[in-house]
Amino acid sequence: MDEDQELIAEFLVESRENLDQLDEDFVEYERAPDDPLLLGGIFRTIHTIKGTSGFLAFNKLEKLTHQGENILSRLRDGVMEFRPEVATALLKMVDAIREMLDHIEGNGNEGPGDYTALTEHLRSFVEVDEDATDDEEPRVPLIGDLLLETEDISREALDEALEEQQEGDGRQLGRILVAKGETDPVAVGEALAEQRKAAAPKNSSDQSIRVDIDLLDGLMNLVGELVLARNQILQFTDALEDSSFTAATQRLNLITTELQERAMKTRMQPIGQIWSKFPRIVRDLAASCDKAVRLEMIGRETELDRTILESIKDPLTHIIRNSVDHGIESPERRREAGKPEEGLITLRAYHEGGQVIIEISDDGGGIDLERVKAKAIEKGVIGTDAANRLSEAELINMIFQAGFSTAAEVTNVSGRGVGMDVVRTNIERIGGTVDMQSPPAGGTMLKVKIPLTLAIIPALVVTTGGDRYAIPQVNLLELVRLEGENARRSIEYIHDVPVYRLRGSLLPLIHLDEELKSAGVARFDHADSQEAPDNAVHEVSSDETVNIVVLQADDRNFGLVVDEVNDTEEIVVKPVGKQLKDIAAFAGATIMGDGRVALILDILGLAQKAQVLSGVGESSRHDEKGASRDGDDNVTQPLLLVSLDEASTGAIPLSAVARLEEFELDRVEWANQEPVIQYRDRIMPLAFLSREVESSARHRDHATPEREDSDDRGETMQVVVHSRESESIGLVVSGILDVVMADVRASARTSSGSRQSSAIIQGTVTDLIDVDSVVSSIVPLSTERADAGLAGGTSH
Amino acid sequence: MSGIDSQYCTFRVGEMFFGLEVEQVQEVIRFQSMTRVPLAPAEVHGLINLRGQIVTAVDMRTRMGLPHLDDELPMNVILTGDYGKVSLLVDEIGDVIELADELFEHPPNTLGNDVRELVRGVYKLEGQLLLILDANAAIQVAA
Repeated sequence: MDEDQELIAEFLVESRENLDQLDEDFVEYERAPDDPLLLGGIFRTIHTIKGTSGFLAFNKLEKLTHQGENILSRLRDGVMEFRPEVATALLKMVDAIREMLDHIEGNGNEGPGDYTALTEHLRSFVEVDEDATDDEEPRVPLIGDLLLETEDISREALDEALEEQQEGDGRQLGRILVAKGETDPVAVGEALAEQRKAAAPKNSSDQSIRVDIDLLDGLMNLVGELVLARNQILQFTDALEDSSFTAATQRLNLITTELQERAMKTRMQPIGQIWSKFPRIVRDLAASCDKAVRLEMIGRETELDRTILESIKDPLTHIIRNSVDHGIESPERRREAGKPEEGLITLRAYHEGGQVIIEISDDGGGIDLERVKAKAIEKGVIGTDAANRLSEAELINMIFQAGFSTAAEVTNVSGRGVGMDVVRTNIERIGGTVDMQSPPAGGTMLKVKIPLTLAIIPALVVTTGGDRYAIPQVNLLELVRLEGENARRSIEYIHDVPVYRLRGSLLPLIHLDEELKSAGVARFDHADSQEAPDNAVHEVSSDETVNIVVLQADDRNFGLVVDEVNDTEEIVVKPVGKQLKDIAAFAGATIMGDGRVALILDILGLAQKAQVLSGVGESSRHDEKGASRDGDDNVTQPLLLVSLDEASTGAIPLSAVARLEEFELDRVEWANQEPVIQYRDRIMPLAFLSREVESSARHRDHATPEREDSDDRGETMQVVVHSRESESIGLVVSGILDVVMADVRASARTSSGSRQSSAIIQGTVTDLIDVDSVVSSIVPLSTERADAGLAGGTSH
Repeated sequence: MSGIDSQYCTFRVGEMFFGLEVEQVQEVIRFQSMTRVPLAPAEVHGLINLRGQIVTAVDMRTRMGLPHLDDELPMNVILTGDYGKVSLLVDEIGDVIELADELFEHPPNTLGNDVRELVRGVYKLEGQLLLILDANAAIQVAA
């Protein structure tokens, strides 16, 4: 019985492997029906399954495959013509075989499925007798046929030579032909090599063995241990000055590194393994949407860690489905556009800089940016205002937002709820990135970058509250160290929220110790029960240094304040128990050189916990179903509060704020009577929201035309920089007050000018500044709109 | 006398005397320095490095709502099962004992809630009761 089980297990593994290949071969064969090698492979697979299932007494399976085999042998012999119906029937058979294999694995029998109809259907293709081919092994192409194929010889010459051979010429056919001068030995040699390849496709198994995956995982674990032990020993070497010991550890070091690489290799598998299903998926999908699509796969031998391979399978499948469904246009549309009717999807994989890049491109209609924009606004993913400011690349990447699908209608292929956002989440989970591009040549290209392995990753080790934490290097952008006075001055607070100006951009800061404290319960060996109040402001004393680790998560940057930055290290990622799986802030744990455990921070999880992502630059993600909205102004959003004239307060949606700048009043210049300023080597028009500031700027300028000589330099103005379509506009205000989250229910009261309406924010009546109308009242100097007659603006 | 006796690894937490089937216990080790896990449930005392494997330590005293001992370090009972490896922090380790099945009884309903959900049954020993711990329940901590 045990032996049987073993046989069955082996049968299952082998059959599945072959079937995966089969799917691909079928689709390929449909395209090139005269390739005898492809058909040979297909035949062999079905033949083997038939034979083994007969032996193991799986009768249903045997009957079904027997019919399939009959058809295949007829196709092979050219007795039958290959038609699409035949292909579909055969593919159905493959599905049925899979179904039965699943049952055999689960329950030990072929399951309740009734396949007689399918069997009959298959039989109907084979009209007459079925004895012809029964147990014949698949045929190796004849040398003569191969030579004919390469057009080395003529049909007549071959017939002649064959005749001679039958009449008793003992020589081989190739020799006869060469002797007759019909062909040369080189061509015969090539044909022979071809023939040998076809005859012995399975001999590669001599070079490889099957190994249980657990064994490999175990091996990898041990290597991880060795790496850690090596790290420990290396630490000793530094302390001991014994040259022979040092030499020995050097060798150990090299060998361990090599071993680590090799062990990693054992878990590497070619990406082709998960690609093999795609031709079939594309074929079926294209058929169901009445499209013609060809799939090209380049770089299928590119290797990836097994675990990663598993986790990119679903995202890739989804992307491919999307490409067929949304990317490739209908044949009519393609014809109109002057493209070949058959669409092309290209899958390309290659190694680059320690990462694997997978590109999925199609030659379809590309992304309709206007539709994306309209859809994003309609779905409430982004406000109209914010949408208009997005660059093309940003707009394209909107498709990764939750609840987004540009398919005009939901087809049964895509648009079923699993969107591109899930694709992105899944890829980011394994430390990868995904990026959508619309190449100028047309179509779309998705670029997925993934790490080679997850088992050992480079990480930055930091210390906070006496504990060490590892931060995966993929999230790391840069390190900022502030000392003394500088530290105290550089960290500013917007309503208790610490920010740091990193080269002019506001970088929200989170303190790691606070984020990790909330559930802090006193334990008996680490008694720090000091609970911080919710919005505790970290007072920085002047002799303190502040370490900011600038991180990126979900396309957003933020700064993580830690006590100490230690070092970068290769760490071995270890799983943690399920008790800790739910803590979003941690991605796992690792063992440090000293043998102690350190937690690995999940930067995305941490950022989400600290809600640092739901602020600047994006007003997304707080929209769930039911939130009715009739414009940007009616939702809770972060607002920048500014002071205007006579202590009145204005509010600007934070999403419209690119930067906050401080300029000297002297720097204001006038072009065509419009106030402008030189900003980042460009001319930035200014809009004075504060008349007080405007008059002093105007006064200063007129009074002292030669600004260089001005005595009262240093008087400054606060400018809120707003950017859209690569143009910047400066909104001049009296002062910057605060950033608040407010549900702005605009009151009915509207006033003149740019300040459309008012609302009560934090108990103060606040003017809501409509950035759109401010902008449209200004003439952006560098665009054609300059002569559109929009002159006037706020300054006149 | 029924034929099959079971072997139990015993330990104490506070006043209570617990037993676990030896098959579930991989080993017993001294207190180890641990890495605390911020944001984790209170029962999770920390992570230990068990020869390269990272094991979560669940504090049995916290689990049962008992106060901590100030002067004594707990011991690690390393459990192994479908759930992987988990360490239970207990006060004191006892002997491995073999018990006859007839001594077994289901836990009384009057047992306090904190404890009852952890106990599969009771062995009536001389002079004391041995509570058989439900390992799966013991390591189940609210996130």
